[in-house]
Amino acid sequence: MPEVFTSYNNIISPLGFTTKDNYSALLNNQSGIRSKSFGKQNDLFCLAAIDDNRINEASLNSGINSNYTKLESLSILSIKDVLAQSGISLKNKNTLLIYSTTKGNVDLLENSKPSIPNERTYLSKMAEAIGNYFEAVNSPLVVSNACISGLLAIIVAKRMISEGLYENIIVCGGDLVTEFTVSGFKSFNALSNSLCKPFDARRDGINLGEAVSTILITGNKNHLSANSAQILSGASANDANHISGPSRNGDGLLLAIQRTFAQHKHILPDTINAHGTATPYNDEMESIAFERAGLTQIPVNSLKGYYGHTLGAAGVLETVIALEAAHHNQLIKSAGFTEHGVSGKISVINEHKKTTIDTVLKTASGFGGCNAAALFAKL
Amino acid sequence: MEIVISSYCRIKNNALIVNGKSIQLAKQDSAAFFLAETYKILGLNYPKFHKMDGLCKLGLLATEAALQNSGFLERHTLDKIGILMANKASSLETDRVHQQSISDKEKYLPSPSVFVYTLPNIVIGEIAIKHKITGENAFFVEPSFNTNLMLQQNNLMLKQSEVSAVISGWVDFDNGHMDALIYLAEIADDSIKKLNFKPLNEELLKQLYQ
Repeated sequence: MPEVFTSYNNIISPLGFTTKDNYSALLNNQSGIRSKSFGKQNDLFCLAAIDDNRINEASLNSGINSNYTKLESLSILSIKDVLAQSGISLKNKNTLLIYSTTKGNVDLLENSKPSIPNERTYLSKMAEAIGNYFEAVNSPLVVSNACISGLLAIIVAKRMISEGLYENIIVCGGDLVTEFTVSGFKSFNALSNSLCKPFDARRDGINLGEAVSTILITGNKNHLSANSAQILSGASANDANHISGPSRNGDGLLLAIQRTFAQHKHILPDTINAHGTATPYNDEMESIAFERAGLTQIPVNSLKGYYGHTLGAAGVLETVIALEAAHHNQLIKSAGFTEHGVSGKISVINEHKKTTIDTVLKTASGFGGCNAAALFAKL
Repeated sequence: MEIVISSYCRIKNNALIVNGKSIQLAKQDSAAFFLAETYKILGLNYPKFHKMDGLCKLGLLATEAALQNSGFLERHTLDKIGILMANKASSLETDRVHQQSISDKEKYLPSPSVFVYTLPNIVIGEIAIKHKITGENAFFVEPSFNTNLMLQQNNLMLKQSEVSAVISGWVDFDNGHMDALIYLAEIADDSIKKLNFKPLNEELLKQLYQ
């Protein structure tokens, strides 16, 4: 089967507008999460929101006008960066855009804008608007599969390129912090009032975050970047347990991991970037799945303490950071973790550390019982 | 690799068609009434159904109708069955309900039992839970039913993952309007070839969706 690689990438988050800025911020232990009053009730929430002034300034500098929503503008900025770095164009019929999101322009349901047609609440219309900005010749494909969307989009892209359907696929993942999601997760009692603490004994819920991240997936070795990696494999699984609660014994995630390693049984990954949302059930489930998969000694982190849970962007953003860290042979501290608080035996990274990294396992899990895993190898 | 369709269900304009046979005739009833009636006609006894939103009810019923008497679940092990779906409106029908519940500062009543349905792939989860299906999942959002995409993604999932069959289709619920086509796609190995199912191709899919 033809080899498929990750390549040039971008992250737009509260920690910066490039992958480089984001990566430096993590090494300096900065978190994008802040306590702020939000929504009609003016309640205090811990959220990772991108500064509106910064978005407006960047949009203005790039000539993005008011015909685009906030998420569309951020997505255009992020994709633009990757196209500029790689020299690839969406005008080429060998290049496809895959957009990963859970809620897209859901903020339009509350605040419709005169300059933007209401139909842009439809995810495909939003993706089409972004594609049209770049004069994309292929209709963008939208993946919306809860919190595994971003990682699943990368897996789908890998399969499409392996099959020879496209040479390059730009995978962009994005979601905003909106009253829609904040009120919903609050009604679930899933939000923490402080900085989230993945895998920690005192973890008590998630922080929501907003971000857009873009990565080029390519089958052409001429398009590789310094931080490129090969996508060895990836898979998804459903745990068939409950629509809003993962199976207690990690069955679904274990299946996704086993499928990912089915053709790579000899590989023990050097590090794992987990989903690690900091809800009691999710992290417990993940730890059990990792232990059952024989990964107890592998250094594992969650990036939610830096970015919050960025929903449809998470799988892309976290893959980008995990591969950038691998490129620098760097283990990144799992922010918010001090005391082991899950029953599965896992090795949570408690300080930034240099090491040798050749292979990375990325996992994600979400509502609807979905789980995904992908295995990457540095070049 | 040859892929065949062993069974399908079409729901359009409040009419239910299973493998070419009209089971429920088009009426002017509401979507909720139609779904309740279909539940009875299919003889289901599944209390979780009544908690679901319209999109999940639609997808679950169309899947049940396609599965009944198909032998599909006997031919494939549960961890080798994938579920691949697409639609146009994502979960917008329920998104609007959740949005309504938070639109008024004085009557601010978001509900977790509504919010959980504000993701389109929950319908995949509901089908997986009912039958304990643990294979691959994917949910795509498209401007309209796209035979090309369905065939392409069926093919990729069957070829590049461990699944031997995929519950596939289109399940859209928007402004009270329902539109679904669920079909069962299987790799035609030697034992399945003997069953003489129709090969999955663009022409057949277009015909079924009509």
